[in-house]
Amino acid sequence: MLRISHLVKRYGNDQPVLKDLELEVPDESVTSIIGASGAGKSTLLRCINRLVEPTSGSIELNGVEITTLKREALRRTRRRIGMIFQGFNLVDRLSVMENVQCGRLGYIPYWRAALRRYPQEDIDRAFHLMERVGIARYADKRADELSGGERQRVGVVRALMQDPEILLADEPTASLDPVTSRQIMELLQKLAAELHLPVLINIHNVGEAREFTERIVGMRFGKLIFDGKPDDLDEAAMDAVYSGTGEHDASRRRSPHDHEAVTS
Amino acid sequence: MNDSVAERVWTRYSSRQRWWRFAGLMLVAMAVAWSLGTIDIIWPWVWDAPAQIGDLFGRMVPPDVSQLGTIVRVLIETLNIATIATFFAVFLSLPVAYISAQNTTPNRATLWLGRFILVSSRSVNTLIWALLFVAIFGPGVLAGIVAIMFRSLGFLGKLMGEAIEEIDRRPVEALEATGASRAKVILYAIVPQVVPTFFAVSILRWDINLRESTVLGLVGAGGIGVILQGAIDTLDWRTVATILLAILVLVIAGEALAAWLRRKVI
Amino acid sequence: MSETVTAPRRWRKPPFIANPWLRWSLLIGLLAYAAWAISTLPFDWQRVAQGIERAARIFAGAFPPSFARHELLIDGFLESLKIAILATLLGVGLSVPIAFMAARNIAIKPIYALGRAVIVIARSFHPVIVAILFVKAVGFGPVAGILTLTIYSIGFVAKMLAERIEEIDWGQVEAMRSSGARYIAVLQFAVLPQIMPRQIGLAMYQLDSNLRASAVVGIVGAGGIGATLMNAFGRYDYDFALAITLVIIGAILISEAVSGRIRRRIW
Repeated sequence: MLRISHLVKRYGNDQPVLKDLELEVPDESVTSIIGASGAGKSTLLRCINRLVEPTSGSIELNGVEITTLKREALRRTRRRIGMIFQGFNLVDRLSVMENVQCGRLGYIPYWRAALRRYPQEDIDRAFHLMERVGIARYADKRADELSGGERQRVGVVRALMQDPEILLADEPTASLDPVTSRQIMELLQKLAAELHLPVLINIHNVGEAREFTERIVGMRFGKLIFDGKPDDLDEAAMDAVYSGTGEHDASRRRSPHDHEAVTS
Repeated sequence: MNDSVAERVWTRYSSRQRWWRFAGLMLVAMAVAWSLGTIDIIWPWVWDAPAQIGDLFGRMVPPDVSQLGTIVRVLIETLNIATIATFFAVFLSLPVAYISAQNTTPNRATLWLGRFILVSSRSVNTLIWALLFVAIFGPGVLAGIVAIMFRSLGFLGKLMGEAIEEIDRRPVEALEATGASRAKVILYAIVPQVVPTFFAVSILRWDINLRESTVLGLVGAGGIGVILQGAIDTLDWRTVATILLAILVLVIAGEALAAWLRRKVI
Repeated sequence: MSETVTAPRRWRKPPFIANPWLRWSLLIGLLAYAAWAISTLPFDWQRVAQGIERAARIFAGAFPPSFARHELLIDGFLESLKIAILATLLGVGLSVPIAFMAARNIAIKPIYALGRAVIVIARSFHPVIVAILFVKAVGFGPVAGILTLTIYSIGFVAKMLAERIEEIDWGQVEAMRSSGARYIAVLQFAVLPQIMPRQIGLAMYQLDSNLRASAVVGIVGAGGIGATLMNAFGRYDYDFALAITLVIIGAILISEAVSGRIRRRIW
């Protein structure tokens, strides 16, 4: 169970990117976060594993308060938070197996990492997961020799190798063609069910969000303005999340209406 | 102003570019005039120089190969100096590169320390380093190796540091997100990205060091320069010729090997 | 999709060199070379231990740097500058015909071989070796320095220029030829304009290199600030030597910045 409350993130003295945000994600669920570019989706995900430092508020994952963790404890918690990226973020010059084993780096001793002598159970697990997503035959290929869809599968396996308690996916399909994009979404949906994982997906493609996730959260200017089942996302809700962006964006910086949204 | 100039007869200087060219030429002419006018040269010597140089080369023929055994031995010593010094310099340069790259340095103090090491190493020539280390360690191979190491450190560190600054940030972010420690992030996300530069730069520096190590002996820091100096001092010009040919062979062979390694490794 | 039962599968990182025989013999060969190379070096550890003491004395003698004899310093530096300017001019001038000789697309075979040989020889010898020979031939002083750095300049500038000539746009040359121009005219009007910008950039770079090198060739007697430095070292004037070294470092940093800026505008 992930519980986010009163979350604020601001860069310097600008308008906050996240404004007193509240969100609860139960175990074993697939939630998609939609919203226009700049709505704060990416910042929200990165606050959860503290790639971005929240300004204030609380993030609690399975009873652990994440915002106050110190270095070593933060690392230990990050091991249990898998993340999938828009640009895959693989290490191009390493083989697929090495990239996949990156997910275990937080668990294994340094000498094993340096000599590539991974524990046998990690290797078994890697092959098992790679077979599950269909990339086992590429184990010794270099990551940059793979196609986009295959590369994202490597990214997914790397995250699953962490034995995560939650999976965060930041626009996982935005760099892929439509067919591959659907395959990856389907994969995420099925894996969530198989592994009993909560999955949080930032996504631009509302159609895919409707099709593959059971809950949709709409973000606008750092706040949640929609939260419901795909069927509840009607025309009016869509308009609230997406429409009038240009006009609103222009007035966003110094609009008096926005003041009520600023907490601090 | 340019417009009015264009209407005048002197169209030759009308364009800004031509004016710059003229100014550049004047500057060069003045610099040369100043240099020639004030330099401390005994002109009769200059007119005599071609004859003297011809005479010197005349005395080098035919090369005397009687000391070839010694020459080959010190030639190999020269090779060893360059190789050992490059090897150690490469390893020493890695932490320096790490702290002088803006995206990996722990804090501002280490960044400036790194930059200070790079600049001081790079601005002092190998031979001046060698002078210093001969004074410290006494004449010999050790002074030469340390001198080449000190000079190479800045060269390697600068290029490696630039390579680190140009890496793709995204894999680093991904590995930090898995909870890997800093040391493991370096090992898996940074090292693989700079490995090609690492080999290219090391091979390049080895090639340069091979040339540099041929002259260390002239200040007493070991290598083939020692016997070159000896042969010159005793006016044994035919042996000098052999030594020069040996250096030529070493340097050309080294360049060929470096080119081959570059193709193989990268 | 059925769960695949995975028997414990082994995985090892595939080695960089696939052939195990080659891999091991290469590794053993390298280790053997390293052990042998280090063992042949005549280290005198006692001397090294004393060296630490001497280093302390040298550094104590060097601080603070002494600019008392700044006239000598300025004279030496200006002489280096003059040597660098004249050598650059001579070297860049001479490298034009040599580069034409060494360009495969311009020169006939025997001329090409000759041009290449000149460049290879000029590049292979460290300027200090060339300097020591010239000092013997024409005596101590700036003349030896100028001649040395001229050779040094040819080695670099002619090589780069020859490569540039080999890359020129051949269309302009053919256009000239078809209009009946003579060989020299073709070189002057179709080739030279294409390589001029590069040549100016190279000249700036070489002036910078020559200034650095002139500090070094002075050490073996070819004039300039290197000679001043060598004298200071020889007389154990470490504080003056440090002052000279600092001036050299400053000059190199300034010259690097200036030539870098000019080249960026021209190149």
